[in-house]
Amino acid sequence: MTPLALPAADGGTFTPPTLEDMHLPAIFPWGEGEGFSKQMLLVLLSVVFIAWFFIAASRKGQLVPGKLQFLGESAYGFVRNSIGKDIIGGRDFMKFVPLLFALFFFILVNNIYGAIPFFQLPTMSHVGGAYFLAGFVYITWIGVGLRKYGPRFIKLTIVPSGVPWFILPIVVPIEIISNFIVRPMTHSLRLFATMLAGHLVVALAGSGIAFLIAQENVLLQGTSLLVLVGATAMYGLEALIMVLQAYVFTLLTAIYIQGALHADAH
Amino acid sequence: MEGNLNLVGYGLSAIGGAIGVGLVFAAYINGVARQPEAQRVLQPIAFLGLALTEALAILGLVFAFVL
Repeated sequence: MTPLALPAADGGTFTPPTLEDMHLPAIFPWGEGEGFSKQMLLVLLSVVFIAWFFIAASRKGQLVPGKLQFLGESAYGFVRNSIGKDIIGGRDFMKFVPLLFALFFFILVNNIYGAIPFFQLPTMSHVGGAYFLAGFVYITWIGVGLRKYGPRFIKLTIVPSGVPWFILPIVVPIEIISNFIVRPMTHSLRLFATMLAGHLVVALAGSGIAFLIAQENVLLQGTSLLVLVGATAMYGLEALIMVLQAYVFTLLTAIYIQGALHADAH
Repeated sequence: MEGNLNLVGYGLSAIGGAIGVGLVFAAYINGVARQPEAQRVLQPIAFLGLALTEALAILGLVFAFVL
């Protein structure tokens, strides 16, 4: 709410919201720049929401599911079949379904906060959360590969088979950079950047409307309606992107795990 | 008039990622239109292609703020 109030306060010129507006003051501060922030509260709330929803959906397991049970089962079935089974496939996918399921709904709820009034802050618009999730996945897929192939996994990952020996000095560094450095980086930053950009667009539209409506010229005030129409369309697009990014993050997790499980296949 | 030229550069470099994402989804739509049953197979491939292409734009965004 603070970024929306700022432009009207200083009257004359329009100041767009900056990246600093993403860092809201802590709710319970302790020390310099530390404290219990809104993002932390939202993460805790998301765990409560998800746990409540799926416990309620699965408590009365009936052969003919009711509305709530049907919703819970189709949500589970979506992650299990279209992400787990289709990507990892075969016999081993069931082991990873809990991870994929938890990741998908944790990210989905934390993203969709950005589209719900009052919450209005996607948790991952702070880069820390995205770093942690991607780091967790990074350790997971390397662990999966090392457990299946032992130290040979590193060689399988960085030396593609069927490449002539004289190209290897070029290919191996590229593989190391792309698999072990760029991969976790883009995995986390994709989530963070889309959430931040979406949040900034909404904040920019909000502050733009607040600035235009405070003008003296009636025609200028009228243009705030156009901004409102455009902002609503962007809001819908952002809501789509929030769901899409949760899907993409989980899909990539599944693809990395699949690549680690079948490192000798290519 | 003041500002950061990095952001103009980032805007220009995002054209590359935009064309790439467009090509990926054009191919995906083409494939599904010709063979609707292949949609389940093509969908993860299309999103993987989206993710890989988008990586360029993400790196650009990072460098626009960092450099």
